Amino acid sequence: VKITIDGVTTDVEGGTILDACRRVGIDTPTLCYGDTLTPVNVCRVCVVELEGARALVPACSRKVADGMVVHTDSPRVRTSRRLVLELLGSSVDLSTAPEALAYIERYEAKPGRFGPESLTVAQPVKVDNELYVRDYSKCILCYKCVEACGVDHQNTFAIAIAGRGFDAHISTELDVALPDSACVYCGNCVAVCPTGALMAKSEFDLREAGTWDESRQSQVDTVCPYCGVGCNLTLHVQDRGIVKVTSPDDHDVTRGNLCIKGRFGYRYVHNR
Amino acid sequence: MTETTVRVAEGPALVLAGYEGEPLTSLAAYRAVGGYEQLEKARAQDPQAVIQEIIESNLRGRGGAFFPTGRKASFIPTPDKIAKPIYITVNADESEPGTFKDREIMLKVPHRLIEGCLVAAHAIQSKHVYIYIRGEYAEEYRVLQAALDEARDAGLLAGVEIVMHRGAGAYICGEETALLESLEGKRGQPRSKPPFPAISGVYAAPTLINNVESITTIPPVLAVGPAEFAQIGAPPDSTGTRLFCLSGNVARPGLYEVELGTSLRVLLELADAAPAKAVLLGGAAGSFLRPDQLDLTLSFEAAREAGVTLGSGVVIVFGEQADLVAALLRIAEFFRDESCGQCVPCRVGTVRQEEALHRLASGKASGDERAILADLTQVMRDASICGLGQTAANAVASAVENLGVFA
Repeated sequence: VKITIDGVTTDVEGGTILDACRRVGIDTPTLCYGDTLTPVNVCRVCVVELEGARALVPACSRKVADGMVVHTDSPRVRTSRRLVLELLGSSVDLSTAPEALAYIERYEAKPGRFGPESLTVAQPVKVDNELYVRDYSKCILCYKCVEACGVDHQNTFAIAIAGRGFDAHISTELDVALPDSACVYCGNCVAVCPTGALMAKSEFDLREAGTWDESRQSQVDTVCPYCGVGCNLTLHVQDRGIVKVTSPDDHDVTRGNLCIKGRFGYRYVHNR
Repeated sequence: MTETTVRVAEGPALVLAGYEGEPLTSLAAYRAVGGYEQLEKARAQDPQAVIQEIIESNLRGRGGAFFPTGRKASFIPTPDKIAKPIYITVNADESEPGTFKDREIMLKVPHRLIEGCLVAAHAIQSKHVYIYIRGEYAEEYRVLQAALDEARDAGLLAGVEIVMHRGAGAYICGEETALLESLEGKRGQPRSKPPFPAISGVYAAPTLINNVESITTIPPVLAVGPAEFAQIGAPPDSTGTRLFCLSGNVARPGLYEVELGTSLRVLLELADAAPAKAVLLGGAAGSFLRPDQLDLTLSFEAAREAGVTLGSGVVIVFGEQADLVAALLRIAEFFRDESCGQCVPCRVGTVRQEEALHRLASGKASGDERAILADLTQVMRDASICGLGQTAANAVASAVENLGVFA
């Protein structure tokens, strides 16, 4: 199908407006979109102007159609992206969300404009197990963790959205602590979290101690030693110790996912 | 329960035809005014011909969006084109503040709604009808269920199953796709469109969703004939009558059926409205009119030209003594409370809107509030997923821009 984006007409074989934007080299901001997840189009930072549509449309989920004319940098688009970032920045702690912070700069968003009394989602961090922590004062409700825990990846359904409006939040069943929930500690939610609201306990502890330093970290790709699936692991190493384990998104079998053993069961390596 | 004034005020009675003070709740009473005759007539016709008649009448959706009802029905694939059941879902989750038209339809002419469902079911060849009724409508549920049982016992359903489903108190579930989610037992949150319900609605099957008033207007369309119906009201686009819900500073609050194209002034006189400093048209998601705008013609075109909406037929009169700022705060609180929280513009935007209004109202304004409200109005409208967020700033924006509140 033929689609015109910012004056450039291009031929694409289906896909979304976001796919087409990437094809023609337009950098579209995304927060709730993930390459391995079904688009939920809730963050609205990827909105674009589609000629003929009354409102802006989310690039991440809107399928291309022949003859579409799209503007990705019009004043309307910029205003929406800027305000969405201001709304997020004024209500959520984005200090460990580098992408969001970069977008705030790019769109010259001023989250402070709503004043010091603005309602936020600030709350104590939930540390209730040894493997990962949940700091929902950093949660932008992108749904990625819910998707990863649910039908997109893990099919465990340990978490969902509870509450309504500004009170909407990620919750385990009946808001029980993780050890009492259906969570299997695969950490696939941690892997997709774009803001650091979900964080490996190892990283959290180092950050608390002030010793987390990505500039001193190296990444080593290897294969998980536990079972025959052979998932790829990326070991994040600092000071000759593993501080975090991730898995590459572009692996066609695991798509960034691991199980509790691959993601968290590495301490034996240090058992010298 | 206090009785609501319900009257046919101007021109022909269509939706409320036959109602003269006594609710037509029994089958016998409804039959006595010609009830179910249109169903019989429709069933003798080819389904496509029935859709064609609705198209010809130019009946538009009465839920607020004014989409052509016949065209919507024509989007539903015929059973030979798709190996899925075809559904009808009636949106009876009437929750727009100031709206009580569907309530009165269900209480006064429940059989006409059922007849409309059955005609529509024949037209799109559906065997499955859901009526999603607002949870708080207990009496309405009982009356409609009783009428439904009577119609079923009389053999009128002819293989079509009509199932009532009660909501649980969320405004968002009046949004058609959130309604579908809720009906399926999920959290009431809007879906992303496209795909539209006509293609992928309830249980991912083709679904015709209509407001109670739209469906109830179908039998009258067939009764007067589509060509004749298309001449009633303000043709070509605003055909037929509408039920307007009058409340606020009026001596005779109630529901008034008038021809589209009637002047708002006439409606206000019927309800004996006090001199108004503002009128809220279309509900909390609607907009405020100034006293010099009260000669507005109640038609889709005239409303659009004036930059307002008839919405769900709400007319709330604010007399000289009314506290507009308090009303605005209440509206902002309403949207903040009813936002489902799915998308950022609405979830956080409705909070920031309320906060800015509180600052303006309490004299603690920083000076940026007008700019903040203007941004919120534009972005909630442009970037929210559904109609709730897209209209959540309408009333406030119109009060600021049109009435000059906080100026």
